[in-house]
Amino acid sequence: MTNVIKVGMADLNYAIPPDKIRTSGLGSCVGIIIYDDTVKICGLAHIMLPDSSQCRSKAVQRSKYADTAIADLLSYLIKNGAKPSRLKAKIAGGAQMFKFSSTNEIMRIGPRNVEAVKKFLKENNIKILSEDVGGSSGRTIEFDPLTTILNIRTVNKGVKDI
Amino acid sequence: MDFVEKIKPEHLDILKEVGNIGAGHAATALSRLLNKTIDMNVPAVKVVSFSEVHDLLGGNDAVVAAIFLKIEGDVPGNMFFMLPVNEASKLIQQLTGDTSIDFMDSSTSEIGISALTETGNILAGSYLSALSDFTSLQLLPTPPALAIDMPMAIISYGLIEISQAGDFAILIDTEINEIEVNDSTRTTGHFFLLPDPDSFEKLFKSLGVNVND
Repeated sequence: MTNVIKVGMADLNYAIPPDKIRTSGLGSCVGIIIYDDTVKICGLAHIMLPDSSQCRSKAVQRSKYADTAIADLLSYLIKNGAKPSRLKAKIAGGAQMFKFSSTNEIMRIGPRNVEAVKKFLKENNIKILSEDVGGSSGRTIEFDPLTTILNIRTVNKGVKDI
Repeated sequence: MDFVEKIKPEHLDILKEVGNIGAGHAATALSRLLNKTIDMNVPAVKVVSFSEVHDLLGGNDAVVAAIFLKIEGDVPGNMFFMLPVNEASKLIQQLTGDTSIDFMDSSTSEIGISALTETGNILAGSYLSALSDFTSLQLLPTPPALAIDMPMAIISYGLIEISQAGDFAILIDTEINEIEVNDSTRTTGHFFLLPDPDSFEKLFKSLGVNVND
């Protein structure tokens, strides 16, 4: 029986075959999948903000930020049999849902999230095999750890696999 | 302490009243635009964590048209007026008399998009000006922006600011309906008001309630 594990906003989770993992409605948020193709384990994080050092509240919800979510994904995957050198990533999201003339930094959150995710993955020596980022459409993504295919659905541009 | 921890049931009731006043005026505005009776539901005020927002909005596959205004002034926050895309198309067909308008078609006329944006602006504007009159607070909406997409992708945009300060959002949700004799073309729209975390205290104070009691 294939279950689809759902990941909410500012949340993360893991899957092994035959299960798949999915997150819905990525707007300016970014979905990060990190997986080990050999032991067939993957983790998915749905992050909202680039960097936990910007956090204004005392307690950091780690799965909300690119840096802490990536760190948590890595430590879980490695603890559960993944080998750091085999880990790869696929990313999607970071759209700009509304177009404003404003140059306010908060309005550019999508591109900033993508930049941050790429930066933190690079720092951890994880290669991004494929990506579908930017644009102005929301995305629903589903990853199959068995085939390592990331299925991306958008409202206006249909469905594709990366 | 996080504001959410201080919030009590009576505070939520006040926020419901906020939704009531705002959406009541917006419903009147829509009623005048369409020359039809518009009904509204009792507002729902929800304190939700970000990971729960998805369950709240429901329907992964639903496509909505949303008009978004950022609120500046005394009570910064975000405001959305959202309705299912096919209902948005019908609404604008009725308003413009152009039956070829279909917002699922990305090549639909500029006029249609402009009319929808402006309708959302009028409705959200009347919501906010009613609230502004009632509270004597200054609420300055930015020009409207339109998106046709998944509800989660749209609402998450309004949560970014809030997410920097905490892990919960307070969502004031009011539904309005068009009452039709034959129930086939019911329009159901949602107003979502998402005040920024620092705005609640000001909002409550303007209504004579102290949060720290």
